[in-house]
Amino acid sequence: MSLFVSVEKRLGGFCLSAEFTSSSGSLGLFGPSGSGKSTLFNLLAGTAQPDCGTIRLADRLLFSSSARTSLPPQERRIGLVFQQGLLFPHLNVEQNLLFGYKRLPKDYRRIDPDRVIDVLQLGRLLKRRAAQLSGGERQRVALGRALLCNPKLLLLDEPLSALDEQLKGHIIPFLLAVRQEFEIPYLLISHSLQELRLLTDEVLLIDKGVLTGRSHPEEIARQSLGSTTGYLNLVEVSETVRDEGLWIVPWGNQRLSLVDNAPAIGRSYSLSSKDILLCREHPRAISARNLLHCRVTRLFDYQGQTGVELDCGGGKTLVSQVVAQAARELNLQTGEMVYAVFKATGFRRIY
Amino acid sequence: MDMLTSTDWQALLLSARVAAMATVIALPVGFAVACLLHFGKFRGKAFLEGAVNLPLVLPPVVVGYLLLLGLGENGLGPILKKFGLSILFTWYAAVLAAMVVGFPLLVRAIRIGLEGIDPQLILASSSLGAGRFDTLFNVVLPLTRRSLLAGASLMFARSLGEFGATIMIAGNIPGVTQTIPLAIYDYSGMVGGERLALGLCLASIVLSFVVLIGSDRLTRFRREAGAS
Repeated sequence: MSLFVSVEKRLGGFCLSAEFTSSSGSLGLFGPSGSGKSTLFNLLAGTAQPDCGTIRLADRLLFSSSARTSLPPQERRIGLVFQQGLLFPHLNVEQNLLFGYKRLPKDYRRIDPDRVIDVLQLGRLLKRRAAQLSGGERQRVALGRALLCNPKLLLLDEPLSALDEQLKGHIIPFLLAVRQEFEIPYLLISHSLQELRLLTDEVLLIDKGVLTGRSHPEEIARQSLGSTTGYLNLVEVSETVRDEGLWIVPWGNQRLSLVDNAPAIGRSYSLSSKDILLCREHPRAISARNLLHCRVTRLFDYQGQTGVELDCGGGKTLVSQVVAQAARELNLQTGEMVYAVFKATGFRRIY
Repeated sequence: MDMLTSTDWQALLLSARVAAMATVIALPVGFAVACLLHFGKFRGKAFLEGAVNLPLVLPPVVVGYLLLLGLGENGLGPILKKFGLSILFTWYAAVLAAMVVGFPLLVRAIRIGLEGIDPQLILASSSLGAGRFDTLFNVVLPLTRRSLLAGASLMFARSLGEFGATIMIAGNIPGVTQTIPLAIYDYSGMVGGERLALGLCLASIVLSFVVLIGSDRLTRFRREAGAS
């Protein structure tokens, strides 16, 4: 994707001013509510007009105040997925899915409906009405419907925020699959760091109508040491062995033990930086099931806490957090070896 | 049913025919006007809104009188005559009267339906490549089906009872323009007409009741079909 945006929009006392270019396949827009995310969404979708500026997507000019151009939403080729799904209530799932596809000129029909139905696992829902779907199913249909228009850009406006935690987890793999299968770039608007870390490569930060920065979602996540959940380490699981109620998961050169009462192991777990203890020496007897010998690669301070980045070998890193006093007493220095200790119950399943 | 004379039957059938015709003609226009008022942003919108609602508050006799002037010798009369059309004092005039008087009710009912549509749904439709009219016919229209039906039955029932404007422009000619209310009016002035008037009143109550219950059934059926 190449997206160029330079817009200004005044709405009452609020003023949005944003300028960015992106060629990332998965861009995030992160900010608190009222920061201008929705305004930017509307400007890109074409429901609102910037006061001045330019919006260019790939080789097409969507809006330009100087050239007096403004394409209507139906000509922008931007697929929209809304917070509540917004399926057409008078149509069934299949008709919803094909709504845009049928209106697409034949030459543009690059995406095969059967493949979308397959990837999003919609096969057994096709004849149902929108009102008979669960929140997660609705979002999958909405995603498929937007996808089938073969858009140049998918604009996802908080697509997971109306779902409960468990359902969010169900949708994430579908979004990842879509990214991998169909190679349609997307812009994900979200106020959830975890979603952005899982789903985007780059994040724009917006606050009070101004873009305040742009960075890797990982970097922003590291600033969350002070939050109630702390920094969340993400652990991907590919294969497992069951051992006395524990799942043993190969991870880099090491093995992790984790507890999940679900019948099958998930594919992604989070582990809070607050749940990882650091020891200078090998603790001889300890109830925690995970004990990793790792190297301190970076120390960073945030609001009186010290984040400790640990190289666990095999390209795997973890971030632990300790209060500044503890960091001093342990005399933590980069390059030194420490033991990271955490419980098998510390893992939270994402999906 | 020997309580109804053949003139009564004629009045009854004529009423139903006038009301049905008025409703059928007004329905598409009502939908268009309701959409214009709901979605449109244009100069003179307040004026159009006022004009549409005026017959609701004006005495029907005034509406009838204005129509009489408009279609008379000093109005459109000569032009219509050129095309071989005469409307005044025919059953078409009764249809026209019913249409004008019932129109605001129809538009109001459709607008309630339009207001119930999430504006984001319309954005979703256009983002999927549907143009304005495509969205109007394939999203907005099906989603307002229920209120269209409600509006139509309201208008039909109102048309059955139309009196003031009808008597002004259609007159009260038995078998030609005499609808139920006009026939009742005739009977009420007749010696010994009470029994006949009562019979027609009863018939009119039954007819209105059937319409109301029928439309209620139909909307409920639609709702259930929509939900399941």
